Parts: sequence; structure tokens; C-alpha cells
Amino acid sequence: MMDRYTFLQKVGIYIAIAAFLTFVLLPFFEMFRVSLRPLDHLMSTPFRFWSDDFSFAAYKQMWISVPLLGRYILNSIFIATSVTTLTMIVVIPAAYAYARLQFPFKAISLAVFLGVNMFTGAVLLIPLYRVLRTLGLLNTYWAMIIPGVAFLIPTGIWLLRSYLEKIPRELEEAAYVDGASRMYTLRRVVIPLAVPGLIVVATSVFIGAYAQQFLFAIAFNNQREYQPLPAGIFEFVGYQQVTWNEMMAASLTGILPVMLIFLFLQKYLIAGLTAGAVKE
Amino acid sequence: MADTVAVPPRQARRKVLPEGVFAWSLVAPAMLFIGIIVAWPLVETFRLSFTDAGLGGETYVGWSNYAELFHSGKFYDIVYRTFYWMFLSVSLKLVMGLIGASLLNAAVPGKALFRVLVMPPWVIPIDFGVIGWKWLYNGYFGFLSGILQRLGIIADPIALLAQKTSAFYAAIVTDVWVGTPMVTLFLLAAMQGVSRDLYEAAWVDGAGRWYRFRRITIPQIMPVIVSMALLSAIWTFNSFEIIWILTEGGPRGATTTLIIDTYKVAISSQRFGEGAARAVVIVGLLTAFSLLYLYFLNKVNKHYGAK
Repeated sequence: MMDRYTFLQKVGIYIAIAAFLTFVLLPFFEMFRVSLRPLDHLMSTPFRFWSDDFSFAAYKQMWISVPLLGRYILNSIFIATSVTTLTMIVVIPAAYAYARLQFPFKAISLAVFLGVNMFTGAVLLIPLYRVLRTLGLLNTYWAMIIPGVAFLIPTGIWLLRSYLEKIPRELEEAAYVDGASRMYTLRRVVIPLAVPGLIVVATSVFIGAYAQQFLFAIAFNNQREYQPLPAGIFEFVGYQQVTWNEMMAASLTGILPVMLIFLFLQKYLIAGLTAGAVKE
Repeated sequence: MADTVAVPPRQARRKVLPEGVFAWSLVAPAMLFIGIIVAWPLVETFRLSFTDAGLGGETYVGWSNYAELFHSGKFYDIVYRTFYWMFLSVSLKLVMGLIGASLLNAAVPGKALFRVLVMPPWVIPIDFGVIGWKWLYNGYFGFLSGILQRLGIIADPIALLAQKTSAFYAAIVTDVWVGTPMVTLFLLAAMQGVSRDLYEAAWVDGAGRWYRFRRITIPQIMPVIVSMALLSAIWTFNSFEIIWILTEGGPRGATTTLIIDTYKVAISSQRFGEGAARAVVIVGLLTAFSLLYLYFLNKVNKHYGAK
């Protein structure tokens, strides 16, 4: 009864939601509209919202204008997948240690990890460039993978730790009493139990890894064939003109993989990410 | 824990690594990563800020990079602009997030769908969204200027990114757009965690919706609001791609924040030493701000009785 709305209130809520969603989704509608129109019609004044020349031509033409487009998309997916794999490999043991074990400098070292969130790659670009040069990694995939991993570790540890803390201790203790080693317990008891949490963390790491490629790519890589899409997309900005319609078509195509992953896993993702925000 | 000590059989320990050593061996790979990619470059930044490093060699120049910064009026403008950018953008994100979360929390059909539809700006790579905004702001062909002309609000095309004031606020709107979904999502989760009993008790006593929102919802979710504010503040302060893609800090420096200025000096002009000094100022300002804020957060948590 408390939650019941009058008809007018309901209408008001829906109008407000519609306005809010318009703000959120407007750029996507606009990108889609632009991607459907021929360039010369797009660049005509006065402004026309609707016209009868809509076609999917840009979605075909873009592969010809920027021949490496497919490669860029695959690079993006490859880099994001590698970053996710590496991040999970170092995050799982660390998160377990913070969730379960007592050790010297535990609080301080956790604070150090979280402090990393305060810095972006942009602040550290110069020395990072030198480090990567010393390691001989400039202009390779690694130049984009390694920094990507470092900046996602803190969030990964934070998310997974709070998930592991919710798994009952008794199972681990039982395994331990039965003579299992610590490593065996971690591998055979904890990780299988934590699979839902691992999916949430891996997905959010993947989304982060897919999103953060621009800066590292423009700063640490000048090999065109290694470039990820967020950097490669600017090839549609030519000397003569910007082929906006194809650029929008390529952007929307590039958004697709990560949107699909999000849509499939959104229920778990949203619940997992916000678990820390809810009091129990 | 020493395994030579005789203990009752029930608690007997096999020969295993001490817990501390085992734990650190688990944490070490992550620590090593952070050490090489974040901590070491941070130390290097600090060192470089006392040199005139550029494409050539580097010599120690003492405090002169800092002296130059603090004697230039332009730098204070940039610092002021960065904080103004941060406060305005974070406030708007919180207001939008609060509105969004309240709307999505309303018990109306379709709310699961709305919750998914709010997420895209957060899920996709920032630059794709910003490219969309860049077009929206285009004076001649963009949607915003076009619609305003159609409605007769403005007579001539208005290029929002070409004028100093409008470019700054346009960048704010885009930044708010990028940041709002996450704030919405976390505030929504916090709202759903508020016990229904509280609302029912207030309802029985005749409290209206607005009163319940002000006196129950807001205080109950205050700790989450405050921590979201800190996180958004740090990200907004550091926000690079949005401004870079929209305006590259222009027109005439109107959207140049500390991060953009640092990037321009260090990377575009390759004056590494001077860029490093700016980076150190950023790190100092952010650390001071965060500590102050954490102190404040602690007080808020105590006041509202959170765990």
C-alpha cells in the first residue's frame, strides 16, 4: 500500500525516467542516425533530423576506408582478454590472502593497492614510457597489456576480496583438517566455490580493460597493426575530411562485443559490483 | 606456529609455511606488478621533476621547475579551473545519480529494463561515447544546435565547442554523462539495502514520500553517497580522454585542467622535467584532498552509525 502510486504519479515517474534515459542514450541514437546517412547529406545545412536516404552503406564502406578495422577490433578483444587473464592470475591469490589470512603489513599493503586508484596512467606516462623502453616492450602488445593489468589489479583485489569473505570458512577448515595443503585448499576448495564471484570480477576487469586502451595505445605503441580500436578509430579523421558516418558505424561495431558481454552477465555483474554498497 | 613445539594432536600442524610467508607469497605477484608499473614510475616522476629532462639529456635544476610553476599566474588559473571542474562535475553526478536511483527504485513495472538501459555509458570505452558527444555539439550538423534552431531558440548555428564558456560546460555535461551510471547504480543498491521496516514505521505515522526520502533514505545511504563522491572526485580530477577528444584543452585553454596541461607539457612538447613537476603537484593535491576527505568520511560514518 505504501508503494502504491496514483495514476498521475505513475505518469510523472515514467516521464522522468524517459527524460533521464534520453540524456543517457542520446549520443547512441545520434551515432546510429549519423551512421545511416551519406556523408554529403550529413554535412548539409540547414539541419535536418529526418531524411529518406537512410542506408547501411557506411557499415560496408568502413572496412574499405580503413582496411585494418577488423584487425583493430580483434586487437582490442585480444588485449582486453590478455589483460583480464593476467589480472585474474595475480588477483586471485592476493584477494584470497586479504580475505582469509593474517600477515604483517596487511592493512598498509591493502591501502597501497587502493592508493593506486588515485593515479591514472596520464600522470605517470613519462617514466612509464622509460620503464617499458628499458624492458624492450614499446610498440608491442605488451606495452598496452602490462600497464593495463597494473591499473586493474587494485579494483580486482577489492571486489574479489569482499566476495571471498562471504564464503563460509568451515569448508576450507574441513579440507585443511583432512590434510590438504594450503595451496591445494585454495585450488580445489576456494576457487570452485568462488566461480560466480570470479565471473563478476573477470567481467568487470574485461570491461575496464576494453575501455582503458586509448591512452596506453597512443602513448606506448606506434605499430599500426597492433593498435586497438579506440586508437584506430581516429583513422576516420582524414586530412581532407572526417568520415563521420563511417566513424560512428565503426564505433557502434566496436561497442558491440562489450555490450553483448554486459547484457549476458548484467544481472550478476550489477549484484556483484554493488555488494559492498549494501549493508547486511 | 612453530612446528617443533609439541601441541595437542587435535590442533597439530603439519610442516607448512608460516601463514605470513604464505600470504606474502600470494600477494607478491600483484605487489611486484604495482611496484614496477606504478610505484617506480612515481619515484621517477619525483626525481625528474628536479631536472630539465627533455629529449636530450637531463641535468639537476633543483626547485626551478616548481618555482616557475608557482610564479605563473596561468598555473593558478589551471589549478582553480581543475577544482571548479571537479566540484561542479561531481555535484552534478551525485544529483543525477540520486535522481536516477530514486526513479529506478520506484516500484513501477519495467524497472529491471530501465536499470540495464542506464548502464551503456559506463560499459563502453569512453572515447566512443565522447565521439558521439563531439558530433552532438557540432554547430552546423549536430543534433543540439539543429534542434535549438528548429525550435527557434537560436537563430544561427552555435558551435558549442568553439567558444570558451560553452566548451567548458559542454565538457562538464559529457563528463557527467560518463560518470552518472556508476553513481546511479551504487546509490540504487544502497537504497535497496535500506530496511523496509523504517519506511513502514514512518508511513504508519503518516510521513509522506518526500519526508521519508529526506529523513530515512538520505541519512541511511549517506556513507555510500560520501564514498561515491570521493571516488568520482578522484576520477573527475584525473579525467583525460573526455577533454582530450572533445577539445584538446582548448579553445584558448578554456578546458585545460591539470591533467591536460601535464600531458601537453610532458608529451606534446616533450618537456619531461616540467611535466613531472606538474605530475608531482597533482599527486600532492590528490593525496591531500583524499586524506581530508577520508577524515570527513570517518566522521560521517560515525554520525550515521554505519559499520
